Amino acid sequence: MIEIGLGHYLTLGAIIFFLGVMGIFLNRKNVIVILMSIELILLAVNINLISFSIFSGNIVGQVFTMLTLTVAAAEAAIGLAIIVIYYRNKGSIRVEDIHGMKG
Amino acid sequence: MINNLNILLPEIFLTLSIFSILMIGVFIRKSFNLVFNLSSVIIVITLVMILNLPTQPEKIFLDSFVRDNFSNFFKILILASSLFVLNSSKTFITENKIDKFEYPIIILIAILGMFFMVSSNDLILFYLGLELQSLALYILASIDRDNLRSSESGIKYFVLSALSSGLLLYGCSLLYGFTGSTNFDFIANELDKQNTGAIFAMVFILVGLAFKISAVPFHMWTPDVYEGAPTSITSFFAVVPKVAGLALLIKFMHIPFANILLEWQTIIIFISISSMILGAVAAIIQKNLKRLLAYSSIGHIGYALAGVATGAKSGYESAIVYISIYVVMNIGAFSCLYLMKKDGKYKENISDLSGISKKHPLLAISFLIILFSLAGIPPLGGFFAKFYVFTSVIEHKMYALAIVGLLTTVISAFYYLRIIKTIYFDDSSISFDVAKNKVAQITILISCSFLITFFLYPSLLNNVVNTLLIN
Repeated sequence: MIEIGLGHYLTLGAIIFFLGVMGIFLNRKNVIVILMSIELILLAVNINLISFSIFSGNIVGQVFTMLTLTVAAAEAAIGLAIIVIYYRNKGSIRVEDIHGMKG
Repeated sequence: MINNLNILLPEIFLTLSIFSILMIGVFIRKSFNLVFNLSSVIIVITLVMILNLPTQPEKIFLDSFVRDNFSNFFKILILASSLFVLNSSKTFITENKIDKFEYPIIILIAILGMFFMVSSNDLILFYLGLELQSLALYILASIDRDNLRSSESGIKYFVLSALSSGLLLYGCSLLYGFTGSTNFDFIANELDKQNTGAIFAMVFILVGLAFKISAVPFHMWTPDVYEGAPTSITSFFAVVPKVAGLALLIKFMHIPFANILLEWQTIIIFISISSMILGAVAAIIQKNLKRLLAYSSIGHIGYALAGVATGAKSGYESAIVYISIYVVMNIGAFSCLYLMKKDGKYKENISDLSGISKKHPLLAISFLIILFSLAGIPPLGGFFAKFYVFTSVIEHKMYALAIVGLLTTVISAFYYLRIIKTIYFDDSSISFDVAKNKVAQITILISCSFLITFFLYPSLLNNVVNTLLIN
């Protein structure tokens, strides 16, 4: 049996973070997927914070996690609202359709 | 405890006022004018409160909130510039039917977020302040919700800004993990070159901050958001969040990252040089004035970062002077845009300015002063801003940075002078509607007279800035 240590949690966090960033850049289909990727990034941060907090015995990281969760919820709400008004104006939320301004 | 609350008085007052005017907006019909005037009054009262605070530095709430000259100066700058931006754009707001009562309230919320940003001495408070500001700015960018361009700029700003907040937060989590605390002073003691994880974290935090002040290579959102958002919002975006972002960057470099100067210096030099070059080159082909001002602001942030890159007190101070003068110039430039109205529609292309010197000599001369100042031509204020930055850059023997800076100043003078040529020497004489926006005219007057008279007593601003940073 391998002992699960801080390094394992940090690697998990880094993988999820990387998936989130890649999700934003590689996604060409739907803006909702970008919203999900942003949530993934914030969750990766939470994994980091909690594992650091547990392994160092310092409670601040867990407090930080609570606040990050709240911010993530607010951000998702505003993001969805902006996507809704964009859909009403354009009739589509495909990423490749968002190119009204260039130069 | 009560003493602690006294220190927080401006923030508490601002928060309670936001709640109260939100209630007024909800329960009184057609309350835009009332809420708008009340928010101007609130800004003035908060300004007075901050001016009356004692000046000795104090830290409260487990050292997470700090009130010193540095934060007070930036709070005053933020409040004063928001006051001018709000009032000069009022006519524009009502004429473009974005006069919803939420508008001034959301601006106040953004100001509150920036207050916590510039006062923070702790990663948690810093992140929450930054997010409060960003969440308010997402809504502001898409406030003209029936307009496709405004909502598109909102969606672009949201996606990229949320990504950068994520990167920044990941950096914060690593910094917390590798130093064992979220407090800036504690982090400053723990950081050194051997702490590789923390240096990795520093890169992530720099990326997030560079995004907020739209420095290259994280500038992609700036031209689109500036062009798509209503002009009144663009002027807010161009001025106030930049001030708060730069204050935060200086704070990070000055306190937590002071020990790893050589590590971040290279990154800031790279960001500064590429911002200056992109700001100068990409603006040449622009036809839209707002887009041009977007690229010009990218360039100006590059110059301010050149001051930060020195990593010394004099460099930080020159960057603070630079951003203060930049604020004055940009408020003036955007107020000029509010006067470019023809047949009831606001114009924003450079070609719309051709030959206006014949019909509108006053508007033409104010454009001339502001654009000369943006280009950095002596004896206007913009010249002194650049002069201080380059003096401190050369003092620290960073000649490459100074040479690139001077070259890009010359290149960027080209596109500012081209606008002046359009105004004064092009044939077609366009006449705008009679200007009814008195506040915008007064704002232009104040901005121009500040820029013209700055050379008489430049040490006035310097003396204030010299007291901000303590070693």
